[in-house]
Amino acid sequence: MPITIEMPKLSDTMTEGTLLRWVKKVGESVAVGDVLAEVETDKATMEMEAFDEGTLSEVYVDEGQTVQVGQKLALLVGADEPKPSASKPPEPQKTSNTEKKAAQTRQPEPGPAAQTQKPAPAAQTDQPIPAESGARVKASPLARKVAADLGVELQNLPGSGPGGRIVRDDVLSAHENRPQTVGQSPKPVAATVASAPVSTQDTQISLSGMRRTIAARLLEAKTTIPHFYLQAEVDAEPLVQLRQQLNAANEAAGLPKFTVNDFILKATAVAATRVPKANASFSGDTIVQYGSVHLACAVAVDDGLVTPVIRDAQSKTLSQISAEIKDLASKARSKKLKPEQYQGGTMTVSNLGSYGVDQFFAIINPPQSLIVSVGAILKKPVVNAAGAIVPGQRIVLALSCDHRVVDGAIGAEFLAALKRLIETPALMLV
Amino acid sequence: MKYDLVVVGGGPAGYVGAIRAAQLGKRVACVEKERAGGTCLNWGCIPTKSLLRNAELYQLLRHRASDLGFRFDNLGFDWPKIIARSRAVSDKLASGVEFLFKKHKIDYIKATASIPEPGHLACKGTDGKEQVLDADSILVATGATSRPMPGLPINGKTVIDSHYAMIIDPQPKRLLIIGAGAIGVEFAYFFNAFGTEVTLIEMLPNILPVEDTEISVALERALTKQGIKILTNSKVTETATTKDGVRLTVEAKQKQTLEADSALVAIGVSPLVPTGLSLKLDPKGFIQIDDRYQTNVPGVYAAGDIIGPPWLAHVAMWEAIQAVNGIFSAATPKRLKTFPGCTYCQPQVASVGLTERAAKEKGIKFKVGKFPFLANGKALAAGEPEGFVKLMFAEPYGEIIGAHIIGAEATELIAELGLAINLEATHEELEATIHAHPTLSEAVHEAVGNAYGLAIHI
Repeated sequence: MPITIEMPKLSDTMTEGTLLRWVKKVGESVAVGDVLAEVETDKATMEMEAFDEGTLSEVYVDEGQTVQVGQKLALLVGADEPKPSASKPPEPQKTSNTEKKAAQTRQPEPGPAAQTQKPAPAAQTDQPIPAESGARVKASPLARKVAADLGVELQNLPGSGPGGRIVRDDVLSAHENRPQTVGQSPKPVAATVASAPVSTQDTQISLSGMRRTIAARLLEAKTTIPHFYLQAEVDAEPLVQLRQQLNAANEAAGLPKFTVNDFILKATAVAATRVPKANASFSGDTIVQYGSVHLACAVAVDDGLVTPVIRDAQSKTLSQISAEIKDLASKARSKKLKPEQYQGGTMTVSNLGSYGVDQFFAIINPPQSLIVSVGAILKKPVVNAAGAIVPGQRIVLALSCDHRVVDGAIGAEFLAALKRLIETPALMLV
Repeated sequence: MKYDLVVVGGGPAGYVGAIRAAQLGKRVACVEKERAGGTCLNWGCIPTKSLLRNAELYQLLRHRASDLGFRFDNLGFDWPKIIARSRAVSDKLASGVEFLFKKHKIDYIKATASIPEPGHLACKGTDGKEQVLDADSILVATGATSRPMPGLPINGKTVIDSHYAMIIDPQPKRLLIIGAGAIGVEFAYFFNAFGTEVTLIEMLPNILPVEDTEISVALERALTKQGIKILTNSKVTETATTKDGVRLTVEAKQKQTLEADSALVAIGVSPLVPTGLSLKLDPKGFIQIDDRYQTNVPGVYAAGDIIGPPWLAHVAMWEAIQAVNGIFSAATPKRLKTFPGCTYCQPQVASVGLTERAAKEKGIKFKVGKFPFLANGKALAAGEPEGFVKLMFAEPYGEIIGAHIIGAEATELIAELGLAINLEATHEELEATIHAHPTLSEAVHEAVGNAYGLAIHI
């Protein structure tokens, strides 16, 4: 039996991938585990490995081409099999054969957040399409077929059929005004984008997978999450002093230095354990309060940003956090992050202090419900306990919260905990 | 004391709406001028099914006893007893509804109601007692009655409607039936089975004009074979009552005059709008409603036959539940889309979804699958090889859009297909579902296969 190789779903938000390079050429023999090709997803560049052995008989997608998850990429035939004579490439989006196997590639080990999800091509008919929350999607057989055909994702569609079932009309109306789904490349990411006038001096930049995801996710976040904002100016003096002491010691020992951000990350992780209600997600009928702090940290990369995740940050030391975020940031910049390294964050820290920004409010990264925005440490006059004006070092910390989960009081409690930890860093030890 | 809801009418829409409101914990009254259960239960669906059961048994014994290996002398029937059984069934079910009212603590008020203003009902009891009920919401479920034919007033003897047809005694020797919808066809079958000479007159080209044409044609053939005279494309142009019967002039290609003991008028229904408020009506006189089943008067809702076709008890019940759910919750009630239609002559006719005509009019591309009961084991064993199943699947996705069955137990077989349409099933789900062997339902499964070249037994 020839085996069809399809575009695998390599991350929870991936709907399409770009085939960067065929590592194996037509006619070459392939062993299990061999790298077939390099694929660029919305998050990273990944190697696509073979699950079966045989000879690469046909290739349907050229290098540089972007295709939907589940679309056929290549055909592998067994060593003793004749090559199929008809070499007509199958039509994209046909669903009849996609039910055989999820993806002919080795999935990277999923991280905690991804463990509940089965990788599956978007266009499947026989199996339930996995919901982001891991719940069953109630959709009629016809709705599934139409959705597969039109490339509409069923996960977040409201259903108007019996018992809230998604029926054909729901899929059709979602298709007509598809604003949020990160869909096929020719479709705009937002229905309401005003078309900008383009003159000859202007450059039109086509959207990368990452840009597309950023556009869709943040539009979804800003339009569907009821954001509210809190901020506090914090005395950074103790932190600056502690950092100087530690860095001096580290330098003597030949160890890497700590950044201000390392302290903020550590403090955020500890604050989240002190106010566990802030470390939670809105999940339709329930609120999920997380047992661990998987702390995401926004990292600027060439074409946008990624948010690598420090897992179980609450139980890691400052040195561990520092080393880990350095490693993750460098991997992010070279697009080498694995899905488990950027999926499953429970809250995020975004720090623009190094750019001299004194304060800002970041957009929540769904399904999280809190993001900490960190400004620069500024020297300014402060009124001390004795009532005198003295020079001080101040930093502004701001929170953007999802009000469905985090009420004002909880957000304030979290910010207060964070402030206390920064102002009295010794508390992070206990 | 103020009611959350007062329902006007105790038929399928009324009593079901009242019970649903009571289930939701509301204080409810139901005003009915005659008997709980309405037309359906007292003068429609239920008593006619009793009569038709007698008819099909008699028909079977009379014509097929020797095939089946039965032997007896002097097979006869007792006409008054047949009618009495039918009345007893109605009576039993009506008291069942009255019991349900009690169980749900619904005040059952036997009276004629009018709605002088929103929030109030003026009731005049059958005992002459008058009272005014206060209600936050009013559900009008007053239904419909037989539509009279101009120039041929009902007199209960020579000119009858369905109401009189189910209690007519003595049995007419010759009967003309005007209108070949479900009611006309069922009475044609009933009277013919007991030996009345029946002529069925229909203006449109086929009997059961709302059904798929192929089904209508098959039924015409079956009923003609049973001895019913069928005149389609025929219009009654003159009517007269004579000394001992009725005389109709019927125009088709040729004009002819027909005489009989009685004529049954079965040309549809007219609305029974309550007096008082001036509710907005459609051109045919049925109450117009919005998406929440509300009339033009806020707080006054309507459901069932009174809001127009299809005039079916099961549709009325469903609408009433939707309306009441909508009154007491923020959810938008659903409006009717797919419903089954059934005719209980033998062979039975049942359908759900689109006819081939309607699908073509809508420009839908579809595949048809058919399977005859002649090739179904259970049908042969039961001695019921007549009829077939016809299913329609839209292209390209193969969702089922119409199902049409003629044959024994067609009315019981149709439920599966209603579910399939409602859940937007495609041929694949039907094909993948095991249908027990031997059953008539295997014919449904095989008709699915037939549409896609997969039927085994044909």
